[in-house]
Amino acid sequence: MKLTVWTYEGPPHVGAMRIATAMEGLHYVLHAPQGDTYADLLFTMIERRDKRPPVTYTTFQARDLGSDTAELFRRSVIDAHERFQPQAMIVGASCTAELIQDDPGGLARAIGLPIPVIPLELPSYQRKENWGASETFYQIVRALAGPQAPPPGTERPARDASRRPRCNLLGPSALGFRHRDDVVEITRLLDELGVDVHVTAPLGATPADITRLGEADFNVVLYPEVAGQAATWLKRSFGQPATKTIPIGFGATRDFVREVAGLAGIDPEPFLASAACRLPWYSTSVDSTYLTGKRVFIFGDATHVVAAARVAAEEFGFEVVGLGTYAREFARDVRSAAERLGVEALISDDYLEVEERVAELRPELLLGTQMERHIAKRLGIPCAMISAPVHVHDFPARYSPQMGFEGANVLFDTWVHPLMMGLEEHLLGMFREDFEFNDDAAPSHLGAGHAAPATAEAAPAATPVSPEPQPALADAVLWTDEANRELKKIPFFVRGKARRNTEAFARDRALDRITLETLYDAKAHFGR
Amino acid sequence: MTLIASQPVQTMPAEGCTDAPVLRERGQREVFCGLTGIIWMHRKIQDAFFLIVGSRTCAHLMQSAAGVMIFAEPRFATAVIEERDLAGMADVNDELDRVVSRLLERRPDIRMLFLVGSCPSEVIKLDLSRAAARLSTQYMPGVRVLNYSGSGIETTFTEGEDACLAALVPELPAEHATAAPSLLVVGALADVVEDQFIRLFTQLGIDDVRFLPSRRADELPPVGPATRYLLAQPFLAETARKLESRGATRLAAPFPLGAEGTTGWLQAAATAWNVSAETFEQVTAAPRKRAQQALEHYRAPLTGKRIFFFPDSQLELPLARFLSRELDMTLVEVGTPYLHRQHLAEELALLPTGTALSEGQDVDRQLDRCREARPDLVVAGLGLANPLEAEGIRTKWSIELVFTPIQGYEQAGDLAELFARPLNRRDRLKV
Repeated sequence: MKLTVWTYEGPPHVGAMRIATAMEGLHYVLHAPQGDTYADLLFTMIERRDKRPPVTYTTFQARDLGSDTAELFRRSVIDAHERFQPQAMIVGASCTAELIQDDPGGLARAIGLPIPVIPLELPSYQRKENWGASETFYQIVRALAGPQAPPPGTERPARDASRRPRCNLLGPSALGFRHRDDVVEITRLLDELGVDVHVTAPLGATPADITRLGEADFNVVLYPEVAGQAATWLKRSFGQPATKTIPIGFGATRDFVREVAGLAGIDPEPFLASAACRLPWYSTSVDSTYLTGKRVFIFGDATHVVAAARVAAEEFGFEVVGLGTYAREFARDVRSAAERLGVEALISDDYLEVEERVAELRPELLLGTQMERHIAKRLGIPCAMISAPVHVHDFPARYSPQMGFEGANVLFDTWVHPLMMGLEEHLLGMFREDFEFNDDAAPSHLGAGHAAPATAEAAPAATPVSPEPQPALADAVLWTDEANRELKKIPFFVRGKARRNTEAFARDRALDRITLETLYDAKAHFGR
Repeated sequence: MTLIASQPVQTMPAEGCTDAPVLRERGQREVFCGLTGIIWMHRKIQDAFFLIVGSRTCAHLMQSAAGVMIFAEPRFATAVIEERDLAGMADVNDELDRVVSRLLERRPDIRMLFLVGSCPSEVIKLDLSRAAARLSTQYMPGVRVLNYSGSGIETTFTEGEDACLAALVPELPAEHATAAPSLLVVGALADVVEDQFIRLFTQLGIDDVRFLPSRRADELPPVGPATRYLLAQPFLAETARKLESRGATRLAAPFPLGAEGTTGWLQAAATAWNVSAETFEQVTAAPRKRAQQALEHYRAPLTGKRIFFFPDSQLELPLARFLSRELDMTLVEVGTPYLHRQHLAEELALLPTGTALSEGQDVDRQLDRCREARPDLVVAGLGLANPLEAEGIRTKWSIELVFTPIQGYEQAGDLAELFARPLNRRDRLKV
């Protein structure tokens, strides 16, 4: 049993819903009690979809448990088929129905519907949403494209030279972080490069489209969390290679173009020479000097975190002080990214643990999910969103991809926006006691109240983390009043670090008191 | 204002929908489970904590249904059952004890802990009443541990509040049999509404008024044979049954929605306390007039408009009565998850004869009927609202009716505004 307040991921059947809702002509019959219908609002409210998810719930009740829930399920499948006339159906159970063991797959098969019916086994008490999405997509691909696969060991014929190379775009789903716009951006990029997109799936694909996946020359995997497993199977069954690079950021997009060109057998350089991206110049321009070495903490799904870490370090000149993911399935990727940056990865789906780590590291910017937005608000740290879980704000009306060259431009704007501007930060340093322009003032372009430091009111007494952790009594070093006053003149976002550094400096030298001199000696010792 | 208008209940002939046929449907129900009630109950009882014993789905529901996350550490959480609990590798009761002890260490401010059953805990027959008794012995007198089920196989949306309040009833202190009659208002109301009602009751000369739930778990109202209770919400069947088993008597009344409903509701108490018609008129005339005045703003946009209710909170019948009688809206279909004929007798009598009533749901068929009827406004849950809007049908989210103070005279205008706003918006938008 695990005590949970907020969760990064829903149950695995919600992952299956993300696939079903992304597709056209597919219907999901879910053996589940009425309360599970809440999941519809994820799509209709958070993502503002204009249609109900294509999901029929059996909504069995306690009184049905004594009689025949299996018959209720059978009836629901027949009714759903008749009403919605889907090209294919997926069937499965939510957490409660899993316990009553009605075998939805077997029951649906026995009906003998004239369409493919794909059973899903999604263990609710072991797995979570992203796993459910991945497993569902894989099962759909296997069931529908499988019959088209050549006999094992068949050599993939060379591409007909008279047509352009073509690929599938795999992974975009419903409720994904900017998937809608990433698909547009990457499709356009590939087109300019000379590569056609054959099928995009699951987003917008029909079951008939899935049967044609094998016709593409290779696969572009945009979101390994959803499509990694399916892509591996397609490689094995159809000999289709798949991309590994995630085109988030300027450098990664260029790498991605080269990887795609390699798979397509074309020359990427003419395209790369002509492709425009503003991020490199924006980051180079002197105005951005103030971004140098800003301490950033990154948390989210593995794909976005690993990509963001590279962008932060190489394209913003930030210092990544920590990173992590809630996706245990991809822990290895995140750990190796952390290792490259010389920090420790945090693998956890407990937001309290994430909050604790953030409080400890005191980053100047937090890149994260909906959860981190709240953590940042509480701790008074600027924050930008990079990953699911998402809220309604993360489906902006404007075009706002994360991927490709336009995606890199979006990253520049989005990550810089919450920060204090360079000159403003200097003024804060110079006039620390200005009554209008002080520590508690928010960046001027964000207006009052935005990202204001945590107040006693915002952080309830029961919260385990206090905004500025006091040193434990045992190794407390005494601050003289004068030194303490001087410490308070340091802007709040670096004050915690200055305090820790100075105390460590004093302890190393066995000083029992911190004076004004100790403070500045420590400053000289550590640098910024 | 005439005296007759102040006593609508007594003067109504026995017609309306008292014996009207009801379309009963059993198909897919598109409604929340009872766990959702925790979202408002944990704000109402300020020293109570709600621990759901359930699955990841329950936890996900709680954070999704709230619409926005209540991130000031909420007083609810989920003890998520895992594979090892089901496989018997861990003793579920030991696990629960561990979770509760960790929780109470973190939250020393908690005086009452509800163990809330869910679909999975019910299906595996986890006995939360025994767990609650065991934990109560351990943590009393500091913390009282109670249990109820908010599972979707047993409760629909607001029935979670019913189950929670019903669990509180045996805990209420006993009132002496010879005590003077006291009034108990049953059902969670916004604090501001409670305060308004207290003022009105005081003016009527009814001083001893208590509320269930109380704002604090350690200030539970006493109950006994001298207790007369008024239901403030229409979904409290089990709570009412338990109160009556403690000797309390229900005062039959319409629900306090709109000027007429509020008057009828107050009148029921006034009659029981033998308040004179003059005093009643004197106390209620001014606020009733204010309510009617406030409703005038919304009469023009709402009169004659056709409204369709999907089942959600069991507030549908009282709301339909208010909209049809005080704002002259036309009722196309009034759906409710359950129809409690006894508690809704006064409401049924006030509904226009021939109103199409439905109980339960088969959501696809109901959508067919709704599309066919093309009403001007549909009251529906969050899963249906945007899809209907996309089809050109204006909607009002039903959940807002549960989260907004709508009862009493001073809120009558606000309640009408909730229905007028979507239509107002349609008129403004040129998109």
